[in-house]
Amino acid sequence: MIDKTFIEKCRNIFGRDNVLTDKAELIAYSYDATPGIPRETPGVVVFPENTKQIQELIFLARQTKTPIYPRGAGTSLSGGPVPLSKGVVISFQKMNKVIEIDPDNLTATVQPGVIIADLNVAVSKHGLLYPPDPGSMATATVGGSVAENSGGLRGLKYGVTKHYIMGMEVVMPTGEVFRFGGKTVKNVTAYDFTHLFVGSEGTLGIITEIICKLIPAPKYRKAMIAFFNKLEEAGKTVTDIVRNHVIPATLEIMDKVTIQTVENYAKVGLPTDVEALLLIEVDGMGQDSVLWEAEKCVEIIKQNNGSYKIAETDSERDSLWAARRAALPALAQVKPSTVLEDATVPRTKLVEMLIAIQNIAKKYNLMIGTFGHAGDGNLHPTILVDPTDKDEMERLHKAVDEIFEIALSLGGTLSGEHGIGVAKIKYLKNEIGRSGVDTMRRIKQALDPDNILNPGKLVPMED
Amino acid sequence: MTMASVKTFFDDIETLKRELIRCMKCGNCMSVCPIYNIEKKEASVARGKIALGEAVLKDEINIDDETLVKLIFNCLVCKSCMMACPSGVRFDRIILGLRSAIVKKKGLPFVKKALFGLLKNPEFFDKGMKAFAAMQGLFLKSEGDKKRKPKGFLKAINPRLDEKFIVPELSKESFRDKVNEIIEAKEPQCSAIFFTGCSVNYLYPQVGDDLIYVLQRNNITVITPKSQNCCGMPVMVHGDIETAIELAKRNIDTFEKSNAQYIITVCGSCGSALKHEYPIILEGTDYEERAKKWSGKVYDISSFLLKVIKFEKPKGKVELKVTYHDSCHLKKSMKVFNEPRQLIKMIPGIKLIEMKKPDACCGSGGSYHLTHSDTALKISKSKVDDIKTTEADAVCTGCPACMMELFEGLHRFGGNCNVIHTVNLLAQSYRAENQS
Ligand SMILES: Cc1cc2nc3c(=O)[nH]c(=O)nc-3n(C[C@H](O)[C@H](O)[C@H](O)COP(=O)(O)OP(=O)(O)OC[C@H]3O[C@@H](n4cnc5c(N)ncnc54)[C@H](O)[C@@H]3O)c2cc1C
Ligand code: SF4
Ligand code: SF4
Repeated sequence: MIDKTFIEKCRNIFGRDNVLTDKAELIAYSYDATPGIPRETPGVVVFPENTKQIQELIFLARQTKTPIYPRGAGTSLSGGPVPLSKGVVISFQKMNKVIEIDPDNLTATVQPGVIIADLNVAVSKHGLLYPPDPGSMATATVGGSVAENSGGLRGLKYGVTKHYIMGMEVVMPTGEVFRFGGKTVKNVTAYDFTHLFVGSEGTLGIITEIICKLIPAPKYRKAMIAFFNKLEEAGKTVTDIVRNHVIPATLEIMDKVTIQTVENYAKVGLPTDVEALLLIEVDGMGQDSVLWEAEKCVEIIKQNNGSYKIAETDSERDSLWAARRAALPALAQVKPSTVLEDATVPRTKLVEMLIAIQNIAKKYNLMIGTFGHAGDGNLHPTILVDPTDKDEMERLHKAVDEIFEIALSLGGTLSGEHGIGVAKIKYLKNEIGRSGVDTMRRIKQALDPDNILNPGKLVPMED
Repeated sequence: MTMASVKTFFDDIETLKRELIRCMKCGNCMSVCPIYNIEKKEASVARGKIALGEAVLKDEINIDDETLVKLIFNCLVCKSCMMACPSGVRFDRIILGLRSAIVKKKGLPFVKKALFGLLKNPEFFDKGMKAFAAMQGLFLKSEGDKKRKPKGFLKAINPRLDEKFIVPELSKESFRDKVNEIIEAKEPQCSAIFFTGCSVNYLYPQVGDDLIYVLQRNNITVITPKSQNCCGMPVMVHGDIETAIELAKRNIDTFEKSNAQYIITVCGSCGSALKHEYPIILEGTDYEERAKKWSGKVYDISSFLLKVIKFEKPKGKVELKVTYHDSCHLKKSMKVFNEPRQLIKMIPGIKLIEMKKPDACCGSGGSYHLTHSDTALKISKSKVDDIKTTEADAVCTGCPACMMELFEGLHRFGGNCNVIHTVNLLAQSYRAENQS
């Protein structure tokens, strides 16, 4: 595997400064943001600056059967970049150039290490927007989010990462460089490789260039927050809004535990006796249509016995959003460790799911605060635990098993946006069945015959 | 030196466990860490260093591993990460706890050698001089107040820093030497201790002079005790907690000799040491309660003027385009960032132009610019670029340590911009009013 010769060759390929070998440096690549999964220290970390170097590394890794682990910012919540079998970590942090912004074709071409927020700063100069906005966008890379098919707060109206990727350059696990897609809106040549590689979690190829689709940034927006005494009323508001053909950019929910924790921590003036709150923001290019949509939302909130506050100014908007932004930080204060799940159900099953989670919390005597993207049916039950408490950790694992079971029984999915990685690999078969797993294996074997690319993630190679 | 006999937070890295465990590895700190921003290596940022701390506690690596020592000292203790941290991880405790554990195990000279061994390039020597002068508490043995000699280890680093070496600025009269210990106001609003800090005392006496002038204008009795000494921050960030404790105790003894109502600082680092660090490093000692008492009386000059006393508005015209740099410790530790801006805007004739990231670290961080000069220079360059873009005549800040770094950076990377302290501007306005 990784010996002196291997490291010397890495240094020849990447240059001395772009190869880390000291144990202390390597330990800092043994994790991502996923709690409770195994850590492993890689044998070496390399920082490529171009595609050719990656190609050379692949040849080297194939000869020596050394596993390769691509890493963006390491914010994955499913264990994607963790080097389970040691091997090489490729960090994309230095391959971070915006290659081109093409405002007429509405595209941006970037290297994989570009930080999502930086891309948005760059395109905003042209009045454009790259909509996918995971909560981690200030650190997460475009490459990592493409590999995870990340979602975000704007998913309901604008979709997720897969809707904004038009083409890529990929170094295949066999060493060939492969480009597909491009700047055209339409392209049906060959298989739809874009959708194969988006969400492939670094298991099928190494993404070295990405063509992103941009949209004109909406000019107007209106935010409001609504409070409900019954979960059912909050849930009905969500479906009623969509039924009335209003598609808000943001439609977020917070349950009682979350509201109380946020208020306790951030003192933003939330009522602590309500069962749920919704944060709603509508946006668009025309002031009239945005106002109409906002009025429609208010009407529906009232019909469902909700009370509400509407933001008239930017600073009022900020203070409404402050509640949502404080959700994770506030919950994280309560106990040393925070387990954030992302089981997702059809929008119409939202309330059932919320109630089921509350029952699970009671059953296993755990503190669970749930918030999330209500409009997408994508909930983040956030379980607060103390890792040194063995009994609590056991109850945690049982609770997580049950959350997944219920999500699937409601026609939902294991993961709405965080991916499978190692964290959910044992549940995969429950959703896609034997035939699904077999299909995944066949794809993986066809493209990565040596199983050197991110082994142990997403695709269970053994039963 | 007498050793602290009571256990402090820093005595045992096991106590760091409960702090380490709070880090959920979300990576938010990466977006704000000035070092990570340049180096792009995980071990550069809080999250990576926390992982190293965890590995030490699990016996996966030794605390005196050579690379580990360098990585743990590769931090500006600027606290930017703490501002972005959703879990409220107190990273300042972690980094100082780890550093002090290293010092405990290997001794200070070992650490110095490991760090300053990095200082190979003679080009930085000049820069070094200035920093040494400012951090004389760290480098110079105190032999009475007048004579100061370099500690022995310096010679090993650079032959010029031998027994004969005297920091140039030090040879002249220091600020505390020349100023009257008590300056009574006629009808005082209150009395306040001026805690000068080393940089004002030895390098920027003009800031001290202007502070006294501003306080006099506002009828405050100013006490500048001769027996105050270094706040301890420079030694603390190098893991020398013993000395920091010693200095803290001596300062508290000094404060108690006066019956002043307030303590005023003009340096973000001194202020946050007195306000936030003393109660922590003195935890469990008979100084703990006293440290807490004094902590409540510490104010940065800008918040003192605007929030504590009846403040005479500056009326004299100062025609200047100014940009303001937030000192890390002033903003992120003392939470003072509005007040200096308010003060600046009050001065007639001044135009305040904000730079892109006013609270991005200047790269000073104690001796960081010496020990990790490659990264520090890049941090400094990006700061200077941001300053230059504003086309301001002067960059104003609330911390003399930043002033030094900004001055050096502007000199090196060519900016036609003066470096001044907020109190310099205020005093200038008061004086202009007198003249007109
Ligand atoms: C606080 C917080 C909030 C979050 N909020 C959201 C959210 O709202 N929505 C959401 O969907 N996710 C969210 N996440 C999860 C995570 O941030 C996203 O999945 C993110 O897109 C990962 O990006 P990254 O650069 O950190 O990738 P990494 O974590 O480094 O890697 C992710 C995966 O991509 C692979 N990979 C990375 N680069 C490449 C490449 N160039 N080629 C091939 N494979 C590659 C890795 O091997 C790994 O499998 C959040 C995480 C945190 C910590
Ligand atoms: S204190 Fe500053 S330099 Fe150190 S890790 Fe935090 S942000 Fe980085
Ligand atoms: S921001 Fe805080 S919790 Fe997140 S990785 Fe950094 S130190 Fe850990």
